[in-house]
Amino acid sequence: MEKVHIGHHISQQFNEELEDIRNRVLAMGGLVEQQLVDAVKALTEGDSELAERVITGDYRVNAMEVAIDEECSRVLARRQPAASDLRLIVAVIKTITDLERIGDQAERIARMSLRLSSSNADRRQYSSLRHLGERVRQQLHDTLDAYARMDTEAAVDIVRADLEIDRDYDALMRQLITFMMEDPRTITWVLDIMWSARAMERIGDHARNICEYLIYMVKGKDVRHVSLEQMEAEARK
Amino acid sequence: MNQPASYTHGIDLSAIDRERRHRDLASEDICLQVKKLNLYYGSKQALDDINMIIPRQRVSAFIGPSGCGKSTLLRCFNRMNDLVDGVSIDGAIELDGVNIYDRQVNVSSLRRRVGMVFQKPNPFPKSIYENVAYGLRIQGINNRRTLDDVVEKALRGAALWDEVKDRLHDNALGLSGGQQQRLVIARAIAIEPEVLLLDEPASALDPISTLKIEELIYELKDRYTIVIVTHNMQQAARVSDYTAFMYMGELIEYADTDTIFTNPHQKQTEDYITGRYG
Repeated sequence: MEKVHIGHHISQQFNEELEDIRNRVLAMGGLVEQQLVDAVKALTEGDSELAERVITGDYRVNAMEVAIDEECSRVLARRQPAASDLRLIVAVIKTITDLERIGDQAERIARMSLRLSSSNADRRQYSSLRHLGERVRQQLHDTLDAYARMDTEAAVDIVRADLEIDRDYDALMRQLITFMMEDPRTITWVLDIMWSARAMERIGDHARNICEYLIYMVKGKDVRHVSLEQMEAEARK
Repeated sequence: MNQPASYTHGIDLSAIDRERRHRDLASEDICLQVKKLNLYYGSKQALDDINMIIPRQRVSAFIGPSGCGKSTLLRCFNRMNDLVDGVSIDGAIELDGVNIYDRQVNVSSLRRRVGMVFQKPNPFPKSIYENVAYGLRIQGINNRRTLDDVVEKALRGAALWDEVKDRLHDNALGLSGGQQQRLVIARAIAIEPEVLLLDEPASALDPISTLKIEELIYELKDRYTIVIVTHNMQQAARVSDYTAFMYMGELIEYADTDTIFTNPHQKQTEDYITGRYG
């Protein structure tokens, strides 16, 4: 499998700049993953204090996005990167947008957890939410892992797994709709659970986007809006 | 096809077509075709089995490290290498289907059809006017009105007219480097060649003059087939439609410039344009 080599530039400083950008993206990914873990935990365990921490912590994710963006602009202006270096920068600029949105969704989950903890929600409904949250977290974790290793085959597996998350989400929606139909008094808090599930499902989509950027970065092929089979073919080339 | 009026009405949607976003050598009109070209300086082989086409009315750029053979190849297109001692060439270069290395080909008339501009501006120590008129004068054209027309047209074509129109009879050596280089291009296009060969045309110029030359190249490609050799990769990326990467006398990769600069297929190309050691 061909790899994108960040190093080996004649300019050692350029190597360091690219390596630094990549490390910062991974650090941002780690921070976002922690935000998600905490948000899901706060939701399923009714931990308001933890939820507050997630909400106030989102600014750090935003600040990292701004800083990495700035660094990318600087490299574009000063180095005029080409080929794989250019694709790395373009992919990073897009990746951090999706990471930032994942951060926003984690914050949303944390806000829902505050509302739910002050409602008379039926906690038994949380188990499928916990399950969905865990799957999405694993998905994000695998995405960052594939990103660190520039592993396009793993990226395809993650995209495939996102289809299962979408199915789980649909099943949960149907279950919650049935619940509301049976007892309309539950609508307020069931809607909050729905919003939380929706946020998790969106995180899966963002992880999928990041996998697509990864394939673009490594293989030079834009695999957005193509079939999974086509994507697989490009990733294995 | 009967399509209902919609918000996309009148909008050019061709950009959506993935396949048509890139230029494609296979669909171009061929101006020059290089076939199995080998060139030796004495016993040293400088070009090794080069096969390529130069598309008509496009800008093709040759890039590669020093000594890779890009200038040598460029000079083959108007037989400038004939002047170098110890050069032997086999293979063919066809201009509009005729091998320019054929015995019957008149080298002077070939060079009228394939003009060349060098790295260092080399105006003659004559007036601006006479520099541009030179090519016509040696063809025996001395009619004042014809020369006036050609000189103005060539200077306008080289984007120099407005800067020199009031001092056409001043010495050309009084012009700035960038102006001299545009004057030399005007001299080259005054005799209406088909092909314009540019060997590092901007490497001795300041950035603003460089941009003017690049803008000029863009304007000239409507009428001429342009081949440019440059050490400046960003320049190749800016001005060319196709880029050829050469290394140690071989043509390593030749494709549309977008592909070469975003997703080259050969590792050697990638290493060179990203500034890595091979």
